[in-house]
Amino acid sequence: MWNKLFAWLDERLALNDLYKATLDRPEPKGNWWNTLGSASLFLFLLQGATGIFLSVYYTPSPDHAYDSIQYIMNGVAFGWLIRGIHHWGASVMVLVVFVHMLRVFVTASYKYPRELTWLIGVGLLLCTLGMGFTGYLLPWNQKAYWATTVATSIAGSVPWIGSFIQKALRGGTDLSALTLSRFFAAHIWMLPAVLTGLIGVHLFLIIKHGESEFPGKDD
Amino acid sequence: MAGSHHISRRDFIKITTAAVGTVIGAAIGLPSIAYLIDPALKAGKTDAWMPLGKLENFEVGKPTLATFTRSKVNGWEKSVNSYGVFVLRTSDTETLVLSNKCTHLGCHVNWNADKQEYICPCHDAQFGINGEVLGGPPPRPLDRYSGDQVKVEDGTLLIHFLEG
Ligand code: HEM
Ligand code: FES
Repeated sequence: MWNKLFAWLDERLALNDLYKATLDRPEPKGNWWNTLGSASLFLFLLQGATGIFLSVYYTPSPDHAYDSIQYIMNGVAFGWLIRGIHHWGASVMVLVVFVHMLRVFVTASYKYPRELTWLIGVGLLLCTLGMGFTGYLLPWNQKAYWATTVATSIAGSVPWIGSFIQKALRGGTDLSALTLSRFFAAHIWMLPAVLTGLIGVHLFLIIKHGESEFPGKDD
Repeated sequence: MAGSHHISRRDFIKITTAAVGTVIGAAIGLPSIAYLIDPALKAGKTDAWMPLGKLENFEVGKPTLATFTRSKVNGWEKSVNSYGVFVLRTSDTETLVLSNKCTHLGCHVNWNADKQEYICPCHDAQFGINGEVLGGPPPRPLDRYSGDQVKVEDGTLLIHFLEG
């Protein structure tokens, strides 16, 4: 009965093929450095889950952002845990993604046929940093406010178009309610959407090309 | 390699992955449930004994307005509401306290000393000195605090207030 049901589903959904392609594909000899991509993926999912939970209580308005986070930390059961994971997970994710990139660089895995995997990886790194940048403002405390003031001023120092970039980031000349809501939109909708798409292609390419062999002594 | 005949490398990986996955899932999943339903668990009683002032300051036989505010905390949002009640000392020992909230649509009624009636400014309802409906649209008498809903402590009159 169970086997029949599975066969029926498999015929239409190619479950076995999917399983083979994703989890049962040939791998070069195991190496812990090769787990960093999967670790990045895990952290991305973890940040997604805890982020969704935070959005249940967080309020992206200058009047309420700070209080809503105080409430998450002190008023809601396990709020400290959910926020703690999201807070520290953000730093760990930047670190892990970066070390993942270093290992790909050191093992020269970016070479043919994986140039695009690398390029998409660059996009992933930028988006990950963007997540950190936009997320940092959301608590709307002194540190967040001034860090974003400084960072957007740095963006403003670009020749010619600097002041335009700065205004676009801030949603006006100063940091305001508009800055907070556009950072929030970028943090929970735009960047995650882009990340999801890029990760999809990244993983597709990894499955397509297989994992590169770890360079030997002769390489 | 003792034991290698009993469990294959693949099965070992599968089992450890499932076990670690379950532990991580539970460690995050279970607190998340508590996190999500927390406000429902905490929404508790909102009643309190509200002091209305010294009993001796209320004249016997004359309804007098007493007001007080209550603050309500909903998560990070705090709202302050004011409430009013009419205190009527029916005798030296007996006190009747009526809510000033019209039972029609909630406007604040006023005591009209000439007519000896409470008048609602919104749709012209009239209530008697004990809160009974004399005319107009209200479906029931004014809410009252009497019996064990009223007490005097150290000369101060208190009512058992149930709302916010
Ligand atoms: C959100 C961030 C990222 C995620 C979720 C992710 C995920 C993964 C995964 C699961 C793998 C396969 C396992 C492994 O080799 O570790 C992988 C491989 C790879 N990644 Fe990433 N990655 C991310 C960022 C990057 C970055 C920043 C770069 C470089 C700029 C990059 C370049 C590559 C390349 C070239 C491979 C193929 C490695 C090989 O075949 O040996 N990735 N990635
Ligand atoms: S609200 Fe008082 S009569 Fe309508």
